[in-house]
Amino acid sequence: MNKGLIGKKLGMTQIFAEDGRRIAVTVVEAGPCVVLQKKTVEKDGYSAIQVGYGAKEASKANAAQVGHCKGAGAGVFTHYRELRMDNTEAYNVGDVIEAGVFAEGDLVDVTGTSIGKGFAGVIKRWGFKGGRSSHGSRFHRAPGSIGCSATPSRVFKNKKMPGQLGNEKVTVQRLKVVRVDAADNLILLGGAIPGSANGVVLIKDSVKAKR
Amino acid sequence: MNKIDMIEMAQMKKNIPVFVPGDTIKVQVKIVEGDKSRIQAFQGVCLGRQNGGIRESFTVRKISNGVGVERVFPLHSPSIEAIEVVTRGQVRRAKLYYLRKLRGKASRIKERKYVAGQ
Repeated sequence: MNKGLIGKKLGMTQIFAEDGRRIAVTVVEAGPCVVLQKKTVEKDGYSAIQVGYGAKEASKANAAQVGHCKGAGAGVFTHYRELRMDNTEAYNVGDVIEAGVFAEGDLVDVTGTSIGKGFAGVIKRWGFKGGRSSHGSRFHRAPGSIGCSATPSRVFKNKKMPGQLGNEKVTVQRLKVVRVDAADNLILLGGAIPGSANGVVLIKDSVKAKR
Repeated sequence: MNKIDMIEMAQMKKNIPVFVPGDTIKVQVKIVEGDKSRIQAFQGVCLGRQNGGIRESFTVRKISNGVGVERVFPLHSPSIEAIEVVTRGQVRRAKLYYLRKLRGKASRIKERKYVAGQ
């Protein structure tokens, strides 16, 4: 991976392709991000760049943050991410990464935090069928049996059970960049991405090769 | 105005004629075959208009060789070259799905004499 940036999901809409097809797109306000630190193999054991996104008042940040961002000279940020790179030579501390790093037709991976659904039952969380609602049925949304008796005397690991659903880090791979508006720092991605509107997402070039 | 609205506004056509359900309209559709493109007309009764904004679409029904044919067009699609209003119809519904059950004489629509704004 050699490029990436932090953005904010604005929401979804549709755009028309030239042949009249409608394409569902997610609009992401991507960047500008500022390179704050370069990690090198010699010093840190791996190569990466650290970027910041979203302006924050210096008076509201702690001294450690202010000091860390001082080198880049672009203020303090609300969000920080590290991007593992094969090669960081193209970047210097203080560089600004904008939406223009991606071009139309690129494939990208998008990482975000999915919408939290709270503690969910097995029907919502795992798609269990559930029982019938009426006709004397007393089995509605319960998971049913979760295993056998004396053998094995335990519940198997990874058994699908109720629990927290959503609000976790999710990556969607191989989304196509449908359009890039460099002036407004907007990237239009074909399809859906994790999280709600105004959620912070990380856009990186795809780890999987073009087919 | 938020940025998504701006993207949608930029794609919306501004020269769409006024037409309502019940009107007979002629839609000039661009058809691409290989590297050639041509215009094909689809004329029929507008059954209704769905959704709004950039997502707005309309349904057109015609009887072709005795078979009812309906097509749904996205109003702002670039593949629609032009929309012409042939006749204005007087109807009392926003969605004319009842026409699907009617044939021949029964499916006629009374012409509207008064046109809003004239």
